[in-house]
Parts: sequence; structure tokens; C-alpha cells
Amino acid sequence: MKKWIRLKYTKWYNILKDGISTNNPIVISVLGICSALAITNKVSNALAMGIGVTFVIIASSAVISLLRNVIPSKVRMIAYMVIISVFVIAVDMFLQGFFPTIAKSLGAYVGLIITNCIVMGRAEAFAVKNPLKYTLVDGFASGLGYTIVLLLVASVREILAFGTWFNLPVMSQGFTTWTIMAMAPGGFFVLGLFVWIIRELTKYYEEAV
Amino acid sequence: MELIKILVDSILSQNIALVFILGMCPLIAISNNLKNAFWMGIAVVFVVTLTAAINYPIYQLLLKTNTTNLALLIFIITIAATVQFLEMFLEKFFPTLYNAFGIFLPLITVNCVVLAISLFFVNRNYNFGETVVYSFGSGLGWMLAIILLAGLRERLKERNDIPRGLKGKGIAFIILGILALAFIGFTGLI
Repeated sequence: MKKWIRLKYTKWYNILKDGISTNNPIVISVLGICSALAITNKVSNALAMGIGVTFVIIASSAVISLLRNVIPSKVRMIAYMVIISVFVIAVDMFLQGFFPTIAKSLGAYVGLIITNCIVMGRAEAFAVKNPLKYTLVDGFASGLGYTIVLLLVASVREILAFGTWFNLPVMSQGFTTWTIMAMAPGGFFVLGLFVWIIRELTKYYEEAV
Repeated sequence: MELIKILVDSILSQNIALVFILGMCPLIAISNNLKNAFWMGIAVVFVVTLTAAINYPIYQLLLKTNTTNLALLIFIITIAATVQFLEMFLEKFFPTLYNAFGIFLPLITVNCVVLAISLFFVNRNYNFGETVVYSFGSGLGWMLAIILLAGLRERLKERNDIPRGLKGKGIAFIILGILALAFIGFTGLI
């Protein structure tokens, strides 16, 4: 118990908590929505995307953090872009080599990890100012927060749209599939409701409409 | 005829924002004000068309030298450079235009619509004419989506009966969902 309390006040714990709950990239700060909506019609796609994004955030933040004193601030955006795209290309080639079916269903969205605001956001907001060890934890926390939301949204959508979960049938034989859930509107509605539930639970409200 | 089909499809039934769900961050962040939404839309149409037209010949070059793996890296650099150049060009020669939408230009570099268009013309094997028409149409489609969303959100400001947790981003998702439903209805128009 004592150890747990002490853990609660370390920087590690706070960074982790920040990424996963209080500052969750998708639900609270609403970043990286494109991929969260577009590929969450299957849990397997969501998992692949989540792992890919987590890897890219951790790796690119680490490199940026190591180079933070070398990169001139005027060209930093371009420098980040180049670093990020190197890792994204690596993820893309890895998926195509080892998981061709998933790579096919994700399509161009793997390449679009480059423009995922979370990656750039963490680089700009955290990695440039902090040493490597905290950056790694921060990248992991943001990636995990992103992956959890993706998996939850994908679970709801896949069960309703195909009657399966992770490609295993879970609904009874006579279940009528909600095709709309696999398409864009389903993603918007599920994520909208999700944002609503989380914000009621965490008491995080926006004033303006 | 083929070009008209691509244009109409990319604006309505294949809308880049509401069917392919791209460019969501700026769509939601800037749509709380109709005027800003309009100028952001204009900036996107402009940049998307320009970068697609530049990226097309570059991709042909990559095809010839068999280095298509680098396409992502090259595309993003082209986009960043074009945006930077456009910003300087407007600031120097069209200051009024720059004041209207200059601040949105840097945001566009990380707008996934721009990169997505460049990746989509590769996947779909479009020729140069089709690429330009497709990118212009997609830009217009995105602009249509942000203007619709901004208009609806401005109207909602006058009402006070939205649940607390849905205010802001939450209600934007619900509106987008309803808009997306409507846009599915355009399928098979031409």
C-alpha cells in the first residue's frame, strides 16, 4: 500500500495517467480522429493500427527527444515530418511483409499515420522539452490511450455490423446485421456517444457549442 | 464524361470527409465559425489541387527509378514545401488574401486530406487529367462538408438544450454522422 502511494506521486505515474485517461488523445483532446473512425469497423484492423501508431509515436518521439538540441527551431516541422515518415514507412513495409491481409484492408490509412495529429502533437508538446526516459513513457501512454479507445469503438461496430468479434461469431444465428455500422455514419455515432459517456464520467465539459 | 463522373463522385458520393473520413482534426477544430470554415475550405481546395498536380509527375519519376517505397516521404516533403512557398508567395503578392486565410496554411501540412489524395491517385492508377479533376473535386467536397458542419453548429449556438457532455466536439460527431448518412444517399447519382 505504502509503495503504491509513493508510486502515485512519481513523474512516471502522472505521465501514464495523463496519456491514458485525463488527457486521452481521442476522447478529451480529439486528435487523430481520421484513423480512429475510418478503420474501426473491424477489431483486428483497430489493433494493427493501434500498435502501429504506438510504435511510431514512441520511436519518433525518442529520436526527436535525442535530437532536440540539434534541430534548429525554424525547420523543426520538416525535420519531424522526415523522422516520422521514416518510421511510418517501416510500419507499412512490415505490415505488407508479414500481415498482407491487414495491410490490404488498412490500405492508404497506414501511410496516413504521418499526418496523425497525435504523433506530431506529442513531438511538439512533449518530446522537444523532455529527456529520453520520460518521452518513452509519454509516447507509450498516448499510444495506449489511443489503442484502448480504438479497440472499444471497433468492438461495438464489429459486433453490430458483422455479428463477430475479432472475426469470431458472437451473435446468435438470426441476428440482423447493421450494415450502416461498418460505414462512415456508424463510426461518427459510436465515437460521438463514446465521447459523451467518457466526458460524463470524467466530468470534463466544454462551455462553447 | 469520365472526368465529370470523377468530379461529381469526389464531391458527393465519394466525399473525402464524410465517406472516407479524412481531415477530421481541422474539420472539427475550425467549424465553430462559418467565416473561418469558408476560408479554410478555400485554402484546402487550393493546396490539394496544387500538390496533387506536383506529386503526379514526381511519382512517375519514382516509378521509373523503382523507388516507390519512398513515395510517402517524398510526398510529405513536397506538400510541406508547397505550403511554405504558397504562404510566402501570398504574403508578398496578395496581402489581403494572405490576411484572410494565411493562418490556415501551416495547418494544412498536417491535414490528412492532402496526403490522402496523393496516395489515392496512386492506388487508383489515375492519369494526370483525372488526378487534377479528382483532387479538385475532393477539395470542394471537403469544403462543402466543413461549411455544412459550421453552419449547423452556428445555429446550435442559439439553443441551450444540448446535454453537457455532448457540447463542443461531441455534438459535432453526431452532426457529422447525420450528414454522412445523407451523403450515402448520393451513391449512384451518375
